[in-house]
Amino acid sequence: MNARQEVWITGVGLITCLGEGLEANWQHLARGDPPAYDDKSFAPYVVHPLAPVNFDSQIPKKSDQRQMEPWQRIGVYAAGLALGDAGIAGKPELLDTTDMIVAAGGERDIAVDTAILAEARKRGNANSFLNERLMNDLRPTLFLAQLPNLLAGNISIVHGVVGSSRTFLGEESAGVDAVRIAHARIAAGQSELTLVGGAYNGARWDVLLIFEQAGALLKGEFSPIGKRGNSGGMALGNMGAFLVLENRKHAERRGARARARISTVRSDRAVRQGGDIEATLRRQWESIAAEINRERAAVISGASGLEPATSAEHAVLKEIGLPIRNTGTYIGHGVEAQFMANLAIAAAAVERGKLYPAGGPADAGAGPSDLSQVVVTAVANWRGEGLALIERAD
Amino acid sequence: MTAETRDKLGRPVIAVTGIGVVTSLGVGKAANWSKLTGGVSGIRQISRFPTDWLRTTIAGTVNDVYRDDMSPADLSERVALLAGEEAIAEAAIGVKGHFPGPLFLAPPPLEIEWADRIKMAEMAPADADPAYPELLRVARNFAANRNAFKFGIIGENLAEKFGTQGSPISLNTACASGASAIQLGMEAIRRGECVAALAIGADASLTPESLVRFSLLSALSTQNDPPERASKPFSKNRDGFVLAEGAAALVLEDFDHAKSRGARVLGILEGVGEKSDSFHRTRSSPDGKPIIASMRNALADAGVAPDDVDYINAHGTSTPENDKMEHLGVSAVFGERIRGIPISSNKSMIGHTLTAAGAVEAAFTLLTLQNQRIPPTINHSVPDPAIVLDVVPNVARDAKVRRAISNSFGFGGQNVCLVLTLEPA
Repeated sequence: MNARQEVWITGVGLITCLGEGLEANWQHLARGDPPAYDDKSFAPYVVHPLAPVNFDSQIPKKSDQRQMEPWQRIGVYAAGLALGDAGIAGKPELLDTTDMIVAAGGERDIAVDTAILAEARKRGNANSFLNERLMNDLRPTLFLAQLPNLLAGNISIVHGVVGSSRTFLGEESAGVDAVRIAHARIAAGQSELTLVGGAYNGARWDVLLIFEQAGALLKGEFSPIGKRGNSGGMALGNMGAFLVLENRKHAERRGARARARISTVRSDRAVRQGGDIEATLRRQWESIAAEINRERAAVISGASGLEPATSAEHAVLKEIGLPIRNTGTYIGHGVEAQFMANLAIAAAAVERGKLYPAGGPADAGAGPSDLSQVVVTAVANWRGEGLALIERAD
Repeated sequence: MTAETRDKLGRPVIAVTGIGVVTSLGVGKAANWSKLTGGVSGIRQISRFPTDWLRTTIAGTVNDVYRDDMSPADLSERVALLAGEEAIAEAAIGVKGHFPGPLFLAPPPLEIEWADRIKMAEMAPADADPAYPELLRVARNFAANRNAFKFGIIGENLAEKFGTQGSPISLNTACASGASAIQLGMEAIRRGECVAALAIGADASLTPESLVRFSLLSALSTQNDPPERASKPFSKNRDGFVLAEGAAALVLEDFDHAKSRGARVLGILEGVGEKSDSFHRTRSSPDGKPIIASMRNALADAGVAPDDVDYINAHGTSTPENDKMEHLGVSAVFGERIRGIPISSNKSMIGHTLTAAGAVEAAFTLLTLQNQRIPPTINHSVPDPAIVLDVVPNVARDAKVRRAISNSFGFGGQNVCLVLTLEPA
């Protein structure tokens, strides 16, 4: 296990507010179409609701769909797209040894919470009836939908991925670390084939409540990343993003093609006192700078729009001087799933050899005509800094 | 350069140089081990909140650590901290506030607590329905909770306190989480990314809602009286697990690194295997194939045969389903010899510590190896004729234990098995 193995991305599954599938997402971005957002349903908060998706096509059994909350359906759907793209869907001989790392949160039953709160207000003493209401109102299947590891569990059940199953917790860093560990295991020969991804449903009150406590949300009018100012924040997204990572030799043996190569994944935890984010990101950049061909490279940033992290990241990206795109303007912020979504878009970019048009004040440069490398950043909204290098697989 | 110690597959050998434990039996290894081998139960009537309307009114709570104002996140972090401090002190590694490796943590999933939700609802205008939009209007008054319910918060705080390196990883594989945390640490050392890692499983998240959720899945014992008799793994009258709290921490270290700094090696993590199940969200595949594969993968990873195993630390939850399937699984892996292999369940005394269980039981398995004494399966008065196993009934036993496995099987189909021994092979 001393010789490091090359890691390919052989499958991508992406659904966002822009559309279903990597191609639809790329086409939206490439046309320079405006962002898709909703500033009414959860006003004053702005969210990016999921594009129409026919869940039946990836989750044929209604009984399976009923046992999932939306975030799980989104993830299982995107995982199915990735497995199909990699040519391993429905192939038990491959799925049997396919490992899985999922970055996940959870989702509450808003109706039950609301009914209990209304009664608490009327009765004045919640303790006296909380147990009774919970016993009567909670639905066992929806408890399973709240559990973070049940996205992976549902992927095993619906798609038959059973090599192994791990779920990482902890917002954006969970996504970065999921990819980092998946990549490191394949590079070291601990795995041949790993499905890695995440799903996020930001169009719901319970998650808005968590972030509103921290004052982290964009309110009022939509504006692109880079234009939200000091009082700006996150417009939460709705997305499922999964990648099939594979040992190049394994992929070649079975005749699979690479969408891209994933060369480096870094993940750090700055203490985030003055200047720490910048120093961490600079250190991460310096660790790959020698491998970058500046004439053929660009940055896809996962900036959330929340300050001070967004400005700190942009200051360093400006120093680096490569063309920049902020996907958050278009697909919103998908927390655990954001990094994988950006890796998917980066893979599409290097595969096509070009960047999509700039779309906001923090985007910069036209991008080279023969793009071959994309640096993907993930400076999280409150903790964790990540970076990956995606390259054209030649 | 001195010769490098390598395992049978040519990888670095994973030593354990520090162990810390907190359960309902007490704080620290010494208190836990004496009670565990004394057949003492930590299961009690719940006193933390009213239990009216609940079918299950007992749990294995960490009463020695709990204080009135602690949320599940606070308490889980506290037990993780206590276990981590004990493990790091024993390993005598690094300097205070600087642990020379990464953190792999299995915490409970966190959510906004009912107490906070109700406080927010009380602040909503009297003429408005206290629905979520109203809660959001007052949420900024709860800025003190700005990060309190984020899944990464316990890992973040522990990384800060212990000074672990890099991004702390928080993970969840349901009831296998603690074992998965250890596995991630083993893999990182085997890759040569680090010479040491801190693996912690911690779960102290007993609330009415957590109890009700498992109750509605019919997973919990309802034999509330007497509490200490409720958890009875492998017995005919078993009727569910007892929800419990606890934490364990292991300092994992490259064997050569441990030796070179003169550390005492407490045990070796020789192998780990996993396999997931696609059968059902809460039930195992009826043929037991995934749990069988997790054990076989672990033995293969350790480079040993079933005959080399002297003791099985069972997942042994005391649910009708788990214990039946575990019996099927170990019978398939060990064949006829299973009748002669002691297999006991720590959960008979400490209950099911959920995301901590894999780590707590790995810690107890290491103590079993060190002390050459097997903790019993208590409450074993009505054996199940369908389960013919030596469950070390009711009384601890001295035995020659060279190598053990520890099983962890989770809802959602996540199965992990660890192989532990005393010395490098």
